[in-house]
Order: sequence, then C-alpha cells, then structure tokens
Amino acid sequence: MKRTYLAPAAAMAAATALVLSACGQAPEESAGGEGGDTDFKACLVSDAGGWDDKSFNQSGREGLDSAVEEFGIEEALAESQSDSDFGPNVDNMVQQNCSLTFGVGFLLEDAIQEAAEANPDLHFGLIDSTFADADGNPVELENAKPLVFNTAEAAYLAGYLAAATSESKTVATFGGIQIPSVTVFMDGFADGVDKYNEEAGEDEQVTLLGWDKEGQEGSFSGDFENQGQGQTLTEQFISQDADIIMPVAGPVGLGAAAAAKESEGTKIIWVDSDGYESTEYGDIILTSVMKQISQAVHDTVEQAMNDEFEAAPYVGDLSNEGVGLAPYHDFEGEVPEEVKQKVEELKQQIIDGEITVESPNAPQA
Amino acid sequence: MTNGTNPSDAPGTETSVTGQEQPADTSAAGGTPTAGGTPAAGGTPAANSVLRDIMSGSWLVSVLSVVVALALGGVLIAAADPDVQATLGYFFARPGDFFIVAWQTVSEAYMALLRGSIFDWEARSLVRAVRPFTESLVAATPLILAGLGIALGFRSGLFNIGGQGQVVLGAMFAGYFGYALGLPPVIHFLFALVMAAVGGAIWAGIAGVLKARTGANEVIVTIMLNSIAGYLLSYLLTQSWFKATSSANPASRTIFDTAALPPLLPDPFRLHLGFVVAILATLFVWWLLERSTLGFEFRAVGENPDAARTAGISVSRVTILVMIIAGALAGLGGAAQVLGTEGKLTGGVAGTIGFDAITVALLGRSRPLGTFLAGLLFGAFKAGGYLMQSQTGTPIDIVLVVQSIIVLLIAAPPLVRTIFRLPTPAKKVAA
Repeated sequence: MKRTYLAPAAAMAAATALVLSACGQAPEESAGGEGGDTDFKACLVSDAGGWDDKSFNQSGREGLDSAVEEFGIEEALAESQSDSDFGPNVDNMVQQNCSLTFGVGFLLEDAIQEAAEANPDLHFGLIDSTFADADGNPVELENAKPLVFNTAEAAYLAGYLAAATSESKTVATFGGIQIPSVTVFMDGFADGVDKYNEEAGEDEQVTLLGWDKEGQEGSFSGDFENQGQGQTLTEQFISQDADIIMPVAGPVGLGAAAAAKESEGTKIIWVDSDGYESTEYGDIILTSVMKQISQAVHDTVEQAMNDEFEAAPYVGDLSNEGVGLAPYHDFEGEVPEEVKQKVEELKQQIIDGEITVESPNAPQA
Repeated sequence: MTNGTNPSDAPGTETSVTGQEQPADTSAAGGTPTAGGTPAAGGTPAANSVLRDIMSGSWLVSVLSVVVALALGGVLIAAADPDVQATLGYFFARPGDFFIVAWQTVSEAYMALLRGSIFDWEARSLVRAVRPFTESLVAATPLILAGLGIALGFRSGLFNIGGQGQVVLGAMFAGYFGYALGLPPVIHFLFALVMAAVGGAIWAGIAGVLKARTGANEVIVTIMLNSIAGYLLSYLLTQSWFKATSSANPASRTIFDTAALPPLLPDPFRLHLGFVVAILATLFVWWLLERSTLGFEFRAVGENPDAARTAGISVSRVTILVMIIAGALAGLGGAAQVLGTEGKLTGGVAGTIGFDAITVALLGRSRPLGTFLAGLLFGAFKAGGYLMQSQTGTPIDIVLVVQSIIVLLIAAPPLVRTIFRLPTPAKKVAA
C-alpha cells in the first residue's frame, strides 16, 4: 500500500518545488544588444573525446570560453562523434565565416589543413599536432598555427621528483593509447627517473614500471574512457611495490586515483591540468604535469583579433611556461626542501639548455 | 487500456510476419498475443517471435515513430537550452516568455537540421545551398550498404549484430589495398572495393560457419568479432609496415588518387561513386530476396527453419551464404568511408556505422527499399546535425536520442498504436 502513495507524494513535492522556483521576478526588457563590439568569431571543433574529456578538448574549450568572455567575441562549437565528422564540422565553421577555427588533436590535421588551403583569408589553429603531408613530412601553412607542447620537459621534473620522494623505490606510469602526445610524457618521466638514478647510490636506485623509453614499449589502458582498466593497471603496479604513479590517460586517470586511494601511502601525479583542482583526489596528488592548452588558445585568439596572427608553431615548454609542474599543495610540507631545490635547479638547467630532454615523440617544430 | 490486457478486448486475430491471420484463442488465454500465438515449432522460438514482433508492424508505425521521436527530441532541446531554463525561473510572472523562447529554440534547431540536410536557404551561393542534400547522401551511403547486410540477415532469421566488425574489416582491406598497391586508374578502386567486400565477407563468414557447424549463437559471436576487429585495427595502426608511413600517430598513409571513388559532382561536393554502389546494392538485394531461388531459400529459412529443412533446403548452407553476402555489403560500407570520404585509415574510421545500420534495417522493416529510405533519413540526421550543432548550439547528442527513441518505438509497435489510438492490425482486418 505504501507504494501507492509514494508516487503522488513525490509528484506533489516536485510540483511544489517547481512552483516555488518559478515564482521569480521577470526581468525587465533591456535595450542592450549582444555586447560584442567586434565581429570576430572564434570556433572550435573537438575530436571524438567530447568537451568533458578532462583533457585537451576540455582545456581547449576553456581557453576559447575565457577569450570569448574577455573580448566579447562570438563563438561556435562543434563536438565530433566519430572520425567522419571532422571534415563536415570544420566545413560548417568555414561556412559561418569563423575568423579563427581550432581543431583539437592530430586526427583533425587533414580537415584543418584542407580548410586552411581552401580558405587563405581565414585563420586556423591545430591543438596538439603539427601539419604533415601525405608521406608524413612536416609542412608549414601560411594561415594555420599548430599549438604543440613539449611536455617531456615538465614530465622530466615530475620523474625526478617521483624518484626522489618514492619510499618503496618504485614508481610507475601508464598511458591511454600509444600516441606521441601521450608517450612524450612517459619519455620525460623515464628520463627524470634516470637522472635521479645517475646521482643516487647503488642501493638507492629507483625502478620505473610501465614504460621502456629505449624500446618504446609499455602499459596502456587501451582508450581514454575505461576507468576500470586504469584501476586494474594501477592495482597491478601497487602490488609490484610502486608508490607513485603517473597515469597519462585523461579520465582513465580517475580510475588510477581511485585505486591509489585504497592503498595507504600511494600517490598520483596528474597530467594536463592541476589535478588538485580538477579532480576530487587532491589529497593524494603529489603534483601535476600541466599543459597550458587553454592559455595558448586564449593567446592565439587574442593575437588573431589584433591582426597579429602568426602561423609559426607555438611550442609550449618550460621557458615560456607552456608546460610546468603544479604546486605541491597538500604535500608542500612533505617534499624535502633539497628535493624542491633540485627540481628548481633542473628546471633552470633545462630552460638554459644545459640539459636537453630528448624524446622521439616530442613535437617537431 | 485499449490494448489487450483484458481478454475480452483482445484482438480476434493477430497478423504474423507471413501476413496470415491466426486464430487468437491462444492469445486470449495467454495475454501476450504474439509470443503465445504461434506454437513453438522447434528452432529458437523466442528469437523468432522477437523478430516477428519487430517486423510485423506497419509502415505507419515507422513513420509515427519518427514523428514521436522528433517531438520528444524537441522537448529535450528546449529543456537543454539555457535561455529556456531562464524563462522557467519566472514562469508565473510572465509565462508567455517560456513558450515563445521554447518555440523559438526548438524551431530554430529543427530548421537548422533541415538546412543542414536538404536545402540551405541561408547559404551564400547556390552551390552551397544545394550541397546539404548531397551531404545527406554521402552520410547515407555507408549506412545503406551496411543496413542492407543487416536486413538480409533479419529476413533470413539471423540477428547479425556484427555490422560494425564487418565495416571495420571492409575499411581495413579497402584502405590497405588503396595505399599499399599501385594500380592503374579505375582498376584500382574497383579492386579495392572487391577486396573490401572480401574482407567483410570473411569476418561475417566466420560467424556464419560457427553458427552452421557448431550452432554457436550468431548474436554472441558477431558481438565478440566486433571487439576483435576494433582491436585488430588499433594494433595494425601501430605497425609501420601496415600503415606505410613513418608518422608515429595511429593513422595510415593517405590512399592513392587512383583508389579514391570518383566524385559524381565537382568540388565542393563530396558525393562519390559509393552512392551509386549503394543504389546498385539495394537493387541487388531486392532481386536476391524477391526474385531469385536463393533468396526464396533465405526467406524460407527465416520464416521457419524446420519447415525449410523438411522441404530440402540446407539450413547451414543458407546461414553461411547469408552471412557472407551480409558481410560483403557491410564491407562495401567500410570502403565507402575510406575510399569515398576519409582517404585514410584511423582507429575511428568506421564510427558507429555498424550499429547505426541495425537501426536503419529495423526502421526499414528489413526491406531493401525501406532500408534505403531509412538510410537516407539517418544520413540526413547526420548531415543536418553538424549545422544544428555549430549554428544553434544544440547538443549533438539530441540526434542520437532521436534515433534511439525511433528504435525503441519500432521495437514496441503496440506502444505507438496506443499513443495514436490506432486500431491493432487485426481489428482493421475484422472491420
């Protein structure tokens, strides 16, 4: 009998809430227009990951949104669901006269390149990839700017930090899919661990699980969606004694964080954004290897608006702060002072060119 | 309430897939007319009755399903729009705002859908104005081809859920022979097309042989083969011998121009020969099912495998043949993608064509012409969705929701009849 009353009761409650919430004041008719003082239009086409991928699509959109808010320009967004959507989506942006159209990810390279060649009067940007011809040789276009990031440099610092603070002397990393923009993190991380091992004593050596830079082989979860797979991989690393893990797999990293949370003393190094702020796992995130996509998108929009668009590739690295380590947040007190200093020193040495972080996956520009 | 919950309301007769009326005495007792109406004749009665249920609906039900889905989609478009949400905040102060804004939002979205799929009256040039219709045809081409394969399976009593894997294999073969091999013009793309059909046929053939020889359930086998095909492609795209380029990205070399399907119209139109292939395939499947002896055997097995066996038809031979032909059609769908529009192999080159094709075949009632028209409709949804999303900011997921609701309603014809107070087909006959 109870069930009989439940539905009407719930309906009543819902209706009441609706009525109460609908009693607000109607806004005055305002004479103000759209507020835009320019007819500049910035547009963005995602890859199949979508806007909430906790990775480059999301960062790209954040950058565009901030530029739209700041400069009062128009925007158009298109989310691709599959690879065959790229061409039509970019074409639609061209048809609505987008002054600057960004594509996110290497999969949009062909679509952006084709549109750029056919529309020399419009500007384009490509996030996380450079342009290449059919045989894979790099090409430069006059009206399309690649935005790429040498994340190996920041991941190098993270690798050193992880090795220096690991108590079990074992650290690990894994990727989502084996593509250059993922493995470039893993290469840098591996080099950072090696750097620590060079200076450390015989019995202080740190083992890296999940990536072999020489052989370019390692652990991958297989996609950028399946968090369960990230959790399983992380549990395996933990059972092999790893206590600091860097997942390079977008939202799959959340699975890794969930597994790390279950195991006392295990820490995560987040990637792309500052995980302390963008995830719920701030208390186990040692630091993050940040890739400032949103800043780069914002800046490119600003340049294009002011007629200062340059097609030369933007390469984010430590020196221009396009990549970097996030603050330690909760671990500020736990990371030893000399390690912090050493990380700063290494950063300066990389900026000065005394150390070059080499990776076959780093952007060629 | 109008639909046979009470035995006295139950229809006098029930139309089966064969179009024959059966006495409803069993259904009145059972309360589930279709499932209980036919005595189990061996084989897999459960699967057969589901198929029968799906296919016994009328054309009207298909059309009404689309109408209902669009109406529900409109509600969702309004609900997802921030402007509409804002007017709800002061609904009682000025209710008119809500209805005006909601109407504007929904009509703008559907107008954009129309402009993106049929004719863009706001375009800058005539070429651009008529281009959307050709884009719908481009998007429809792989759906029609793969959908025909699925439909052929349905008519022959096979739940081929493996369209996706077969499309992937077709794309893989078409792509590889498109960029790894240098052949003269015309011969090259014809060869690549044939190889795509072979690739799809092999993949579906595996499921067909397993079903025929061991009785393995084709639903499970084809689903598993989908996953295997996807991972096989991902693996091959990490191998430089396969993708024929030194780039580290998981994408193949671009196909040679000789392998590309010739365009039917000049730039900027993308309509290519694949659409002609889709028309020819539709005619072929119609001839096969309706006019050929082989097709008669297919349909006989689909209606009743035991009766077909008794009549001297080799059910296992039919099973294998149906799967091979279905796979070849799906493989051509994959070729239309790679050789027609994409030009290279990537992990997502097949998109969700194989799964959308199931929807297309269902909406088309598993008839060749129906599948062709359903493919056009879904192609139009796809082409229109691009414009709808980029110009009105309507979430692209709405298109997916509309498609899903269509399937849902088609799978439940009584629901549609109830919504529109339609008489059940049986009552129509009685009247």
